[in-house]
Amino acid sequence: MEIDRPTDLATALEALRQAPDATLLAGGTDLMVEINFGHRRPEHVIALRRVNELQEVDGTIGAGVTWARLEEGPHRALAQAARTVGSPQIRAAGTIGGNLGTASPAGDGLPFLVALDAEIELRSAAGSRRLRWDEFLTGPKLTALQPGELIHSVVLPEEIPARQEFGKVGVRNAMVISAVMACVVRYEDGRTRVAVGSAGPTTLRMGRAEEMISAEADPSAAALSEFQRLVSEEVRPITDHRSTESYRRHAAGVIARRLLERCLR
Amino acid sequence: MDIRFRLNGEDRAVDAGASQSLLSLLRDGLGLPGSKNACEQGECGSCTVVMDGRAVCSCLVLAADTDGADITTVEGLGDEDTLHAVQAALVDGGGVQCGFCTPGFVVAAAHLFESNPTPSTDEIREALSGNICRCTGYGGILRSLEGLAGR
Repeated sequence: MEIDRPTDLATALEALRQAPDATLLAGGTDLMVEINFGHRRPEHVIALRRVNELQEVDGTIGAGVTWARLEEGPHRALAQAARTVGSPQIRAAGTIGGNLGTASPAGDGLPFLVALDAEIELRSAAGSRRLRWDEFLTGPKLTALQPGELIHSVVLPEEIPARQEFGKVGVRNAMVISAVMACVVRYEDGRTRVAVGSAGPTTLRMGRAEEMISAEADPSAAALSEFQRLVSEEVRPITDHRSTESYRRHAAGVIARRLLERCLR
Repeated sequence: MDIRFRLNGEDRAVDAGASQSLLSLLRDGLGLPGSKNACEQGECGSCTVVMDGRAVCSCLVLAADTDGADITTVEGLGDEDTLHAVQAALVDGGGVQCGFCTPGFVVAAAHLFESNPTPSTDEIREALSGNICRCTGYGGILRSLEGLAGR
């Protein structure tokens, strides 16, 4: 096994140019599990945790930013999501870029990014490109990342509503992969965006529920119930070892409604 | 793969195997079996070490990526003659049952007390939420550490 341990982006991109199929290592919380269980034996690793340019949090969020840092803000719902990731040990190592790279339907950071229509900036020695989340996340554990590219950062829109809530349903508080989770954001003009995770092949937007509730300036109890019903209808969950299709469908509606109610307070 | 790091206060030059975890390097390569190997997927916390000021699961750290790191294992915290305050508190308070998870709890708790000498009960629980005790001895562990925090 070869390893590169670049400390700046230019060196990382050059290493990747020379070895476009190298395995990218950030916090290790996903990759090392695969290695420990013998599912991966990388021949060449490029370790990214020393690359300073990936650590920045300003208008964008660097791919190397850990959950432990995101717990501190500046985005309320992303901090709520960060706090539910694994344990303190996992949050000290795992990164938002890793969440995107792994592209699990259960990625805790993804509903916030999806609700805000975030873009993912990819870099290679040849240049850079930005993909909207739905161009980047192409399926369960599948992304549009090409050989020779790395995830540089998440680009958020300029307008980010203060009313934003994340919630997750699972068997306990710590060390849990969600049965279902959601992020709801509501703009001052009533536009509402809802993203649900662990309830489809990728994180999903609830287009019909959004359209219906965005038209309600001061949603009545009946409107909230309709919103909940639409979310339960729109999700595309499966039954697996973590939960059932019917429970996920029910819980998605309940959690989305609860988060919306918090946004409306 | 030659790497250099600081381990329990000593500069070391060691050979990390391909795809080897830091946990495996510590236990099998360096004769430090205090960090325990249980789940190998970051679920149990029994392999917790402090690396560059952060408590992490050493099973999820690629050994070859530790070049330049500063690592403290449970062996670096205390020994039979000079227990770390957390170890002494667990002994005095009955915070140990079979003992397998204890090193991980000791490292996680010592890391907490270093930055926060008087943590609240919630802060202790949160800091230990990544460590599993399969004897379910959480009550004793929590009471021992509350005592150390002066509660």
